[in-house]
Amino acid sequence: MGFDWVFFTELIVGGLMSGVMYSLVAIGFVLIYKSSGIFNFAQGTMLLFAALTFVKLTEGGVNFWVALPVSMGTMVVFGILVERFMMRPLANQSLLSLFMATVGLAILIEGLAQYMWDSAIHGLQLADFLDLALLDPVNMTIFVVDYIEWLDILISKFDVFATIVAGTMILILAVFFQKTRTGMSLRAVSDDHLAAMAVGIPLSRVWALVWAVTGIIALIAGLLWAERVSVSFTLVEAVLKALPVILIGGLTSIPGAIVGGLIIGVGEKLGEIYLGDLIGVQGIETWFSYFIALVFLLFRPSGLFGLKTIERV
Amino acid sequence: MIYRETGTFITSYLEDRKLFPIPFDKWAMAVFMLFMIFVVPFIASDYWLAAHLIPILAYGTAALGLNLLTGMTGQLSLGTAGFMCFGAFFTFNIMLRSPEWMNLPLAMVLAGSVTGVIGIIFGLPSIRIKGFYLLVSTLAAQYFALWFFRSYPYFLNYATATVTLPDHHFDLFGIGETFDVDMASFEAKYLMSLGIVTALALFAKNLMRSATGRNFMAVRDMDIAASVIGIPVIRTKMLAFFVSCFYCGVGGALFCYAYLQVLGIRTFEMNRSFEILFMAIIGGLGSIAGSFYGTVLVYEFPILFSWAGDYLFKGAFDTAVVDNVAKITYGILIIALLIREPGGLAALWATAKQKLRTWPFPH
Repeated sequence: MGFDWVFFTELIVGGLMSGVMYSLVAIGFVLIYKSSGIFNFAQGTMLLFAALTFVKLTEGGVNFWVALPVSMGTMVVFGILVERFMMRPLANQSLLSLFMATVGLAILIEGLAQYMWDSAIHGLQLADFLDLALLDPVNMTIFVVDYIEWLDILISKFDVFATIVAGTMILILAVFFQKTRTGMSLRAVSDDHLAAMAVGIPLSRVWALVWAVTGIIALIAGLLWAERVSVSFTLVEAVLKALPVILIGGLTSIPGAIVGGLIIGVGEKLGEIYLGDLIGVQGIETWFSYFIALVFLLFRPSGLFGLKTIERV
Repeated sequence: MIYRETGTFITSYLEDRKLFPIPFDKWAMAVFMLFMIFVVPFIASDYWLAAHLIPILAYGTAALGLNLLTGMTGQLSLGTAGFMCFGAFFTFNIMLRSPEWMNLPLAMVLAGSVTGVIGIIFGLPSIRIKGFYLLVSTLAAQYFALWFFRSYPYFLNYATATVTLPDHHFDLFGIGETFDVDMASFEAKYLMSLGIVTALALFAKNLMRSATGRNFMAVRDMDIAASVIGIPVIRTKMLAFFVSCFYCGVGGALFCYAYLQVLGIRTFEMNRSFEILFMAIIGGLGSIAGSFYGTVLVYEFPILFSWAGDYLFKGAFDTAVVDNVAKITYGILIIALLIREPGGLAALWATAKQKLRTWPFPH
């Protein structure tokens, strides 16, 4: 049997697409880490919370275009609350307690989301919404037909859509970070809290902003993920999947999150198929991504694009 | 006034090295241990033993193991449940596949050592990778453990999902047969767990005040500085991984053997790792007794909460609601504790001791 090139390419493309999904989650992490040095464990439950809010709204008959800003607003309020009641009192504490606080936050949100809404598994047919919302109502075929075929390779249209969304988001973020005044103050804060405060940047407002933006990213990522895996606790696990992604890319780099996502996405698929065959057992996907990340980290301990830490005594 | 160290004068080096230099501490501890050994098995019902005391002992061992790694040596780990999984499965296999003379504590020690070696393998990246980046290695351990035992059913003796652990595994040195005692009873399991946990806690306590323990802490505080003053950093880290994973392995074995009495993979999912991390952090990182305080709080909190919910509202809310409110409260509790007292319960206890010392004249 010769090498199946079509299958191989399909794998690569599929891997790249799922890599994009990982990057989406990873960007949220990176934003918070960059601006406050916190490894935000609650990212996963924020995804769940945001997606659940949206789903319940639309299930209650709210129009797509209303539900989206409303859930965005919820996440913004949420971000501000987090800054006020968690970040501010915890400022200047050790990174480990900050990390643990976000784990506490994760539990809180999980309870809250399930208390406010419910803990059933919701399906989310984002594709239907998009067809209804974006396209001509006569023949709603753009997203309902799942695959496009190109050179014998099947590509899920939804994945293409997700990629476009992710790309746009990354572009917006890049412009925001590089060109706007607020973005500049964000970067200043991430460089050095004290120096930023000394030149008059309001730290608390910057943090609130970061958490709010992260909330919005969580919503978008949550909706796109929910299309794949349904709105339930699995969304939280998706975040653990994103962990090796940000670690490969480096905790401080947005391009790193993207590259990391692509590496993990492709590596995971290839590993599952080819390495799995080689050693004769299935399901190595669960730990293979961590293994890839380890290999990368062994050569570059702070990720591909992460800031090199200079250690001094 | 209630609690004080006045009146203890140390006159020799030997006295200076005592585990409990303050007589009050020593006697309180002795009374507590005697109570736990001689009174509790007789007054506690099976429910209390099986659903409260034994799981706390098992969890406490794992939390202590994690605390040795994270609290003492500063290596963050999310793979605790994975290491527990290794410990439990290896104990089962050693018991299953070795001759008659094998007994449970010995099997646990052997299994713990194997787990420790596995811990060293997953700890190797810590030589180069530091801080949060190390999470990836321990997470790999977690998922690898689950995958490994799922893929090789040999280790579960080809059972489908779980194995009920046979009673005869509990018969230590033939005591059960000779004296006609039921060694698989909850009392016997409790005493066995208590013995193992006490030994491990004592060992940890002594380890931490030895040169090795001081090396651990030096590596935690700043590993570059530690290497400059001649502490073998790599060896220290590997040793910390070994000891920690040994504890986690024994904890896992206790968890399955003494508490659940069944062995299965689902016991050791990711959530368990977090639970134990909470126990270590809430109890107080870097404190041995703290690991157990944290265990009690984290383990009992949901039970107490749902009990209180039942009692107060008489089932007016369904369990799912109570469950979720418990989660919310729990999350708030953790954040509040971290804000008020980042040192955890152990630090809270130290403050309380200070208060007792100066009571009733605080100034």
